[in-house]
Amino acid sequence: MPDNADILRLESLQVHFPIQGGMLDRVLGRPVRAVRAVDGIDLNVGRGEIVALVGESGSGKTTLGRVITKLAQPTGGRMLFEGRDMTSVQGSSALRPYRHRVQMIFQDAYQALNPRHTVFDIVAEPLRSLRLVENGTQLAERVSEALASAGLNPPGDFFSRFPHELSGGQRQRVVIAGALAVRPELIVADEPVSMLDVSIRAQILQVLVDLRDKHHMALLFITHDLPLAWLIADRIAVLYLGKLVEIGTADEITFNPRHPYTVALRNATPQIGGNAGRAESPALQGEVPSAARVPKGCRFHPRCPLAFDHCREEEPPPIEVGPQHLSACWLANDGRSRSS
Amino acid sequence: MTGSSQDKAPLLEVSGLSVDYGLKGVSSRAIDSVSFALRAGEAVGLVGESGSGKTTTAMAIAGLLSPNARVSGGQVCYRGNRLPIEDDAAMRPHRWSETSVVFQGAMNALNPVHRIIKQIAEPCMLKLGMPRGEATARAGELLELVGIPADRGAAYPHELSGGMRQRVMIAMALACRPSIIIGDEPTTALDVITQAQILKLLGELRSQLNLALILITHDLSVVAESCDRVMIMYAGRIVEDGTVAEIFAKPKHPYTRLLIDSIPNPANGKKMIRPIPGDPPNLVNRPSGCAFHPRCPSAMGLCATDVPSFDKFGRSRVACHLHRSSQEDKVAAHA
Repeated sequence: MPDNADILRLESLQVHFPIQGGMLDRVLGRPVRAVRAVDGIDLNVGRGEIVALVGESGSGKTTLGRVITKLAQPTGGRMLFEGRDMTSVQGSSALRPYRHRVQMIFQDAYQALNPRHTVFDIVAEPLRSLRLVENGTQLAERVSEALASAGLNPPGDFFSRFPHELSGGQRQRVVIAGALAVRPELIVADEPVSMLDVSIRAQILQVLVDLRDKHHMALLFITHDLPLAWLIADRIAVLYLGKLVEIGTADEITFNPRHPYTVALRNATPQIGGNAGRAESPALQGEVPSAARVPKGCRFHPRCPLAFDHCREEEPPPIEVGPQHLSACWLANDGRSRSS
Repeated sequence: MTGSSQDKAPLLEVSGLSVDYGLKGVSSRAIDSVSFALRAGEAVGLVGESGSGKTTTAMAIAGLLSPNARVSGGQVCYRGNRLPIEDDAAMRPHRWSETSVVFQGAMNALNPVHRIIKQIAEPCMLKLGMPRGEATARAGELLELVGIPADRGAAYPHELSGGMRQRVMIAMALACRPSIIIGDEPTTALDVITQAQILKLLGELRSQLNLALILITHDLSVVAESCDRVMIMYAGRIVEDGTVAEIFAKPKHPYTRLLIDSIPNPANGKKMIRPIPGDPPNLVNRPSGCAFHPRCPSAMGLCATDVPSFDKFGRSRVACHLHRSSQEDKVAAHA
């Protein structure tokens, strides 16, 4: 995909949260430590592309989503939207055109909706605040359109309902409708179906895929669920402790993972009919280290079954292992990190 | 059917259990005529969406129903004796000593101001009458059993990760040597890799201690890997019950089939989304007949009016008008 087709480009993007040191640290002039939530990420999202960001809790996937939607400020690197540098743009009026085009869908529809607002007001809110409509008729049209796109039909039936009158699936649709109302070009969806019952998940996924197919909307889909990422995404980026360890097409990452962490994630995922990889490689030991104490060298080495001396010393760069497929592992082209 | 001689007498037998919740004068049935048996050492998955009654079923078995719940029918027998599941005080000798529960939110279930070793030792002192020293030693053994070095016992819950806390919960559940462990979504809040570690631990403990396990989850794939049998619940009733192999290879109930199809499974290579239409049922206003009929692609006229009977097919059972067992099967079932 040529570069100019990218809607979003992240270059070495960094979000470090400083840790307030104690008095002793300050007196002794010890350096300020930081939680390296996002620690140098390069990622591009094409127009109409669905990219899944997969990682465990603490991997930085939510922080990254918040930076892209401008709810958090990066501490380093660059973020380009349609070629324009958005890294240091701040303030509500300066961000208005950006918010018009980039929207976020949150995980918990119970918390994301104001219980005292009607569905109409919730969906109309971004249209009003971004001043995208001229009169009430137009407003009602846009709200109806958004509700219908999110699968709430007929839209008029939902106008005066309150969130508590809706089922969980309907509530998540209202959240989606609120994001859609401004007709964005990029949606960041943070675990949009993880709170929903299995039978409702597929309905919501269908809505998201339809948006891409019909409106050519790009989607950054944040999830911890690798099979789900495979189902919905064109490409999957795997995040570990603030850094991308592997990125490639959904099929490549799922069927030909080349980073030991991706292999471990895949093997840990329970599957109907059994997980074939499980028996062959032992379950990963230990837990994700704190982002305040990122291990030296490859950040995965303390848990990696294949780690050797070099991994403890130097951090591996992303290595091309196939078309559009990068893996940050010294053994990426060695075959050993490959799964069976 | 292979002979019933190999089937040991059930450890736990739930028959015709119904539980109602009263809310502002309106009563709604959370579970309706639930019947099943659990054998020693057996692992059964209880799968359903929110509101399907899986947690109510489990809490009834452990005698932990909330005060506004009322058992309106049926009974629960443990080793042939009827359990006083509605009487909290009378259940005390049974709970934790025979049936233990591992809850979902380990952070909320542990006391934040006590060291974990003390919290594990407590049931040993209270229920087994051990002196403090002996109880502490036992707590250390239990920690080792769940894969935590005994010297970590001095830690407070907040010093442990989510996976470690869930291990502590399991150690506490094992303290009084129960025969049955009920896991209420024990891995739902955990990351996949931690989930795999906890499920592996439960599997090992099960064979080591011959524990029976009731695993409550909404995740069919978790059950597929860690249980012998699975029961699918919908709107308060068990709609299908069978071995994991049978249910996943040949689901009989349309709901089970749709649930399986709605889980992305890279192994079968089919990248398609097949939503189940409609919303989960409202229990105050339960659909007539088969509760799944408004969402069922195979629904017939009969489904809206008649509640399907729970028929036996070989070793599995299903409640669906599409599958009605022949007379011979029924005879075999009663034999």
